[in-house]
Amino acid sequence: MEFVKPELEYAELLPLLIVLGGACVGVALEAFLPRGTRRLPQVGLALVTVVAALVSTVVVGMDLDEHQGADGAEGRGLVGAMGSVVVDGPTVYLWGLLLVFALGGIALFAEQRLEGGVSAFTGQAAALPGSEGEREASTRGLEHTEVYPLLLFAVSGMLLFPASGDLLTMFVALEILSLPLYLLCGLARRRRLLSQEAAMKYFLLGAFASGFFLYGAALVYGYAGSVSFAGINEAVRAGSANHGLLLAGIGLLAVGLLFKIGAAPFQAWTPDVYQGAPTAVTAFMAAGTKVAAFGALLRLLYVAFGGERWSWQPMLWVIAIASMVLGAVLAIVQNDVKRMLAYSSVAHTGFILVGVLGVQSAGELAKGQYTSLEGVLFYLTTYGFAMIGAFAIVTLVRDAGGEATAYERWAGLGRTSPLVAGAFAFFLLSMAGIPLTAGFIGKWAVFTSALSAGAWPVVLVAIACSILAITFYVRHIRLMFFTEPSADGAGVVTRSSLLTSGTITVCLVATLVLGVVPGPVLDLVTRTGDFIR
Amino acid sequence: MLLSLLVWLPIAGAVAVALLPRTVSKTAGLGVALATLVVGGVVAASYEVDGGRQLTEEHQWIEAFGVHYALGVDGLGLLLVLLTVLLVPLVLGAEWFKADAVGSAGARSFVAWTLALEGLSLAVFCATDVFLFYVVFEATLIPAYFLVGGFGREGRGAAALKFLMFQLAGGLILLAAVIGLYVVSAQQGEPSYLLSDLERLDIGTEAGRWLFFGFFIAFAIKAPLFPLHTWLADTTEKATPGTGVLLVCILDKIGTFGMMRFCLGIFPEASQWATPLVITLALISVVYGAFIAIGQDDIFRLIGLTSLSHFGLITLGVFTMTSQGGTGAILYMVNHGLGTAALFLVAGYLYDRSGTSSIREMRGVEKVAPVLAGLLLVAGLATLGLPGLSPFVSEFLVFVAAFDYGWYVGAIAVTAVVLSAIYVLWMYQRTMTGPTPPEAEAATKDLGVREIVAVAPLMAALVFFGFYPAPLLDVSNPMVGDLMHQVGIQDDQPTVAQTEEAH
Repeated sequence: MEFVKPELEYAELLPLLIVLGGACVGVALEAFLPRGTRRLPQVGLALVTVVAALVSTVVVGMDLDEHQGADGAEGRGLVGAMGSVVVDGPTVYLWGLLLVFALGGIALFAEQRLEGGVSAFTGQAAALPGSEGEREASTRGLEHTEVYPLLLFAVSGMLLFPASGDLLTMFVALEILSLPLYLLCGLARRRRLLSQEAAMKYFLLGAFASGFFLYGAALVYGYAGSVSFAGINEAVRAGSANHGLLLAGIGLLAVGLLFKIGAAPFQAWTPDVYQGAPTAVTAFMAAGTKVAAFGALLRLLYVAFGGERWSWQPMLWVIAIASMVLGAVLAIVQNDVKRMLAYSSVAHTGFILVGVLGVQSAGELAKGQYTSLEGVLFYLTTYGFAMIGAFAIVTLVRDAGGEATAYERWAGLGRTSPLVAGAFAFFLLSMAGIPLTAGFIGKWAVFTSALSAGAWPVVLVAIACSILAITFYVRHIRLMFFTEPSADGAGVVTRSSLLTSGTITVCLVATLVLGVVPGPVLDLVTRTGDFIR
Repeated sequence: MLLSLLVWLPIAGAVAVALLPRTVSKTAGLGVALATLVVGGVVAASYEVDGGRQLTEEHQWIEAFGVHYALGVDGLGLLLVLLTVLLVPLVLGAEWFKADAVGSAGARSFVAWTLALEGLSLAVFCATDVFLFYVVFEATLIPAYFLVGGFGREGRGAAALKFLMFQLAGGLILLAAVIGLYVVSAQQGEPSYLLSDLERLDIGTEAGRWLFFGFFIAFAIKAPLFPLHTWLADTTEKATPGTGVLLVCILDKIGTFGMMRFCLGIFPEASQWATPLVITLALISVVYGAFIAIGQDDIFRLIGLTSLSHFGLITLGVFTMTSQGGTGAILYMVNHGLGTAALFLVAGYLYDRSGTSSIREMRGVEKVAPVLAGLLLVAGLATLGLPGLSPFVSEFLVFVAAFDYGWYVGAIAVTAVVLSAIYVLWMYQRTMTGPTPPEAEAATKDLGVREIVAVAPLMAALVFFGFYPAPLLDVSNPMVGDLMHQVGIQDDQPTVAQTEEAH
């Protein structure tokens, strides 16, 4: 077998390379700088890396070439790195989105004022909870600055995930993004047992999901004789005798990805992990993982299995309905803000899947009608901002034991801190899909594409679930504004530094602007065009 | 630009009030409301009676969805705009001290939310793009929710939640129908949400009927109609009387407004097809609402439930699909707004004095507060449709249309006259007449100047339009004519031969 030296398109892959490089430099800083002086260089490095990657993403996005696909499919972009990384319109858009969310994540990670001068991460992860070593670490004010390189690694995995051009790259990306997140979940400064339990659960279930994905990849390779999406697409369109192999392969691959996006029935980890992880990590993970994994799911289903649409659409119908119903119903009975947001994210996964299953071929769409891909990309944008903003506010509301996430601690918050409570209410309204917020436009977009594809039963269920979902969002607003504070101590809003308040402000403005004048962003999404292969 | 000014002035005013210091909130708010009233007057002055939809504005808003920022008024829109701009300053005047009460959220937020509600309601009545309509239709709920939840009596939080849940559920059903409209519109060329484009759209019979129900259910919750009315009495009971006016007299009009403009305008076939069902529901609302109103002990619940009966009559007028019914319904919307607002505000004065809203616990108020009693009587008589007061004209037109539709429909609808006389007069008799309790004699003062000024315009309008309804008819008739043309219906010719021909 001849070994070909791979040729890489460095210019187009630059955002990816910058983030990976930044992460490696971060590890080197960990090794060579003394412990007390690491924080500032690490934060600076992470920020510079992400901003540089963002700038190069914009540059890449400005001059994507026309691409003529194998079977005449048109689009803009390029199939790079010997076919394993695809840089096209949706990829670049998702990169931009992920890097913006990463900036928010870094800002929340670096916040120190809330915990009285230390970060939200544990001082000594290796020390047992409640042990002497832990006490010593906290009295010395130690902190783990490894979180910044870990975040950068996770971001690089997220960037690669929706851009991967074959199943193996996609699997590698899945692992690069997951492993740092498992670790980050277990690093909370307070309630460490809960945090470690979350990390353990996430890791075990995530490992299973990766196994499913790999197994599915093997089956699909057996069917198509290729792991590249273009090759699979050709094999699927050509057809072959072993159709069962393909169906099993699609199913197993889907399990791996549906686990990552937290769709029912693979949602069991979501509430525990969202609750146990440090809230800054939850915010970053909730937005970033979902965006990246939905990008990957879209590419896999639309590009590799586009010809097999009739096989996977019914599956998505069931999954979407299950996620929406389960998420909305279980969110109603929660009494913890983080768990409520977690279950609501399961419901949102269902809503986004409603958009995913609304795929139609170009001929079926009217002139000027937007595609389901555009609807999903827009929804992901609105969802990410609302999630980061909401979790950032959760970090502000505290009592003596740290973050006060129980409902009764939030009672009467609207009286004492109307601004923060108002901002949280606004994010909730956006998630509920009330007009003049971004969430409404997003919901409208995905529901419309599903309805044009004829999936009206799913849309009706989605509407019913939106009504259910409104109950718990509105109940929380009522709790904050119209309920007396509980007698045994209410949570108070702690003053944060500009890092957290700035993140919240940006998310708030984005949620408002995307709700009132979504035109420019929708145009941007429309211009990204379709996936290329 | 005029309509944009009308819509944005109160919204900008709401923001300004929220930012200005608390001491000037009420003055600034009243100033903004009066300025809006002036703008509304200018709109009315520049309106041409036979000009169809006018003062239109149209800008691209969200191109990808075919959505425009498009405003315009026709006869129906204009009358409701005028009703809104008239009622808001009166509510602010009548509730001048109420929002300062201990335990409520403060005058600043009351004024700001009221102005926001005014601006959004005006946008609802002016919107000529279905998407824009939907957006503001839903957005009105947020100020309304905070008004109900923040001000009023014990238990208002739960009432506000119930109110919001009903309305949002209706809104989401409407959302499904609005999305469906996009799909239908996209199937026939470039998607557009402009009312003018949608009215020309050829919607299939089956799709049209489904979409009609999406719209109708949302409006039936808003209006409200039996059996979707259960939020109404709880809300009016717990909220302040002023909020009750804003909700029942302005916001609920969106329901019947929407039935006329969207159900009949976009889905004429489905509207005619659904007529028997709608008329049945309307008749049940008329009779059932009146009966349970008779049985109420809380005066605000009573007023809320009379509105259920009245909204039944308005819906009846809309769906008889005759020009008398349509005109009667439009007039009824305006007159119900004036009469019920007067009733709410005067009952609010009564509540301020007696400290209770229970009819059973009040007695003999007319001896100590004759002006109050007189105003309550006039407002009550307007509500029961006494000739000489403006609701009579509209009620009469609706009854004519109902008899035209079928004698049994008319016969059932007319019972409203008797039943409304019972609930109004019996309420008046129990609260106002009889011996005055000695402790109330000293404590109860008659109305002050501010309170009288706040309801005087309503009383004047009730009497004026009772004797001279021509201005209202002139504005609404052309609009109804256009609507009937769109629905494709002509009035039946009189079956009795003209006297000249008989000779």
